[in-house]
Amino acid sequence: MVNPMTKLIITATALASLLTLSGCSSLDIEPWVKPYERQNLADPIMRFGRHPIANMHVAHVLEARESARGAEGTGGGGCGCN
Amino acid sequence: MVVTNMMKSPLIKLMALLLVTLHAPLSWAAVLEPDRADVLYHSYEGGGMKIDGPSVLLRKKATESLAFTGYYYLDTISSASVDVISTASPYSEKRHEGQVGVEYLNDKTLMSFNVRQSDEDDYLAQSFSVNVSQDTFGDLTNLSLGVSYGDNEIRRNGDDLFEEQSQQYRIRAGISQILTKNLTAQLNFEAIADEGYLNNPYRTVRYLDSSNPSGVGYQSEIYPETRNSFSSKLSASYFLPYRAALFFHYRYFNDSWEINANDVELGYRHPIGDFLELEFKVRYYQQTQAEFYSDLFPYQDAQNYLARDKELSDFNDLTLGLGLTYLMPESLSFGDTRSEASLQWDYITFDYNNFRDPTADGGVGNEPFYNFSANVIRAFYSVYF
Repeated sequence: MVNPMTKLIITATALASLLTLSGCSSLDIEPWVKPYERQNLADPIMRFGRHPIANMHVAHVLEARESARGAEGTGGGGCGCN
Repeated sequence: MVVTNMMKSPLIKLMALLLVTLHAPLSWAAVLEPDRADVLYHSYEGGGMKIDGPSVLLRKKATESLAFTGYYYLDTISSASVDVISTASPYSEKRHEGQVGVEYLNDKTLMSFNVRQSDEDDYLAQSFSVNVSQDTFGDLTNLSLGVSYGDNEIRRNGDDLFEEQSQQYRIRAGISQILTKNLTAQLNFEAIADEGYLNNPYRTVRYLDSSNPSGVGYQSEIYPETRNSFSSKLSASYFLPYRAALFFHYRYFNDSWEINANDVELGYRHPIGDFLELEFKVRYYQQTQAEFYSDLFPYQDAQNYLARDKELSDFNDLTLGLGLTYLMPESLSFGDTRSEASLQWDYITFDYNNFRDPTADGGVGNEPFYNFSANVIRAFYSVYF
């Protein structure tokens, strides 16, 4: 099995490299959603993290009962329990 | 040549990229999240366990580029779960958790540092996290990187001589992308490495034992002392034309204990008038068993590693969630603050596919598979100031 740290670093680098390429002017790709077109995305109802204190509880409840952990998109830190 | 070889290293590439993105020319300034305070009561009840308590989250900007966060959480646990009543006595305990954090915004780069401590009679967990995120590509893209380190002290109540340690290392990366004026997507990856004492010191495995009148004997679990895991998660948020939001998450997880897990979640948020928001969610989770798990071993010391934790068995669970948020009108708010009251209820059913209920009839190894359901409640009040 590939070391997960190596796997993560390779994936992150690939993603980041892709992004660097997409920002490259030689590819002629411009940001396609202008700032003034983002009012729907800025609506508070679109925020998954609208209730952070509730999301932290949900993550804790699941982490104590399921084996999967990580990649929630938050800092994380483990269950801290037995 | 040495330089070329060095640049081939993914770690060096990643660090170089981070340096480049942090120093890229920038034109739009990001802002820190608004100040807020949240007070929450949480309750979990199911499978013989009752856990509840309060939680508080506070976030305050010191300047336009510096913010502090504080978090406190209390679990009051009373447990008579199936693991406990088959081999031990019901117990109750408290777990306190505290976190403090600082965020610093420099143009489009957000850096955060967080320390956390969780303390109960028999477990002390301390950790810190560092995260960096960067808006780029006309603010259509946000890149994030983070690391965490945690140190745990594990003890066993009633045994003063027992003291073990474990450490956890986390590294994560994410990309968030605006795809259309109504759709955003995120990809997150996280690798976690644990080492040290990873057992639950109270749990036992059972094995066939003809010398015992009950036909079954018990011995302590033995876990490997390392565990490496990797998670990938894809999320998307979509704005519906009539002002409602759809959320989608899919996560794939695997680890060196040969556990593979998938979870998928669909959420929907719907405002009603100016003051109410309704939320619905459905989530399905499924995992395979750890390689060294067995519900019933054929004899004592049957293999090097032994586990009968139901969390390491083959199982699935389904969550149905309902939430309601009431946005307080100005007449009910303090001064020029804005506040909300929310109530969320999750109903979770767990179905185990190779963990049997040892308290049920049927004979050793032929008991029905275990299942239970849990009700999870969160009631909270949020103030933005």
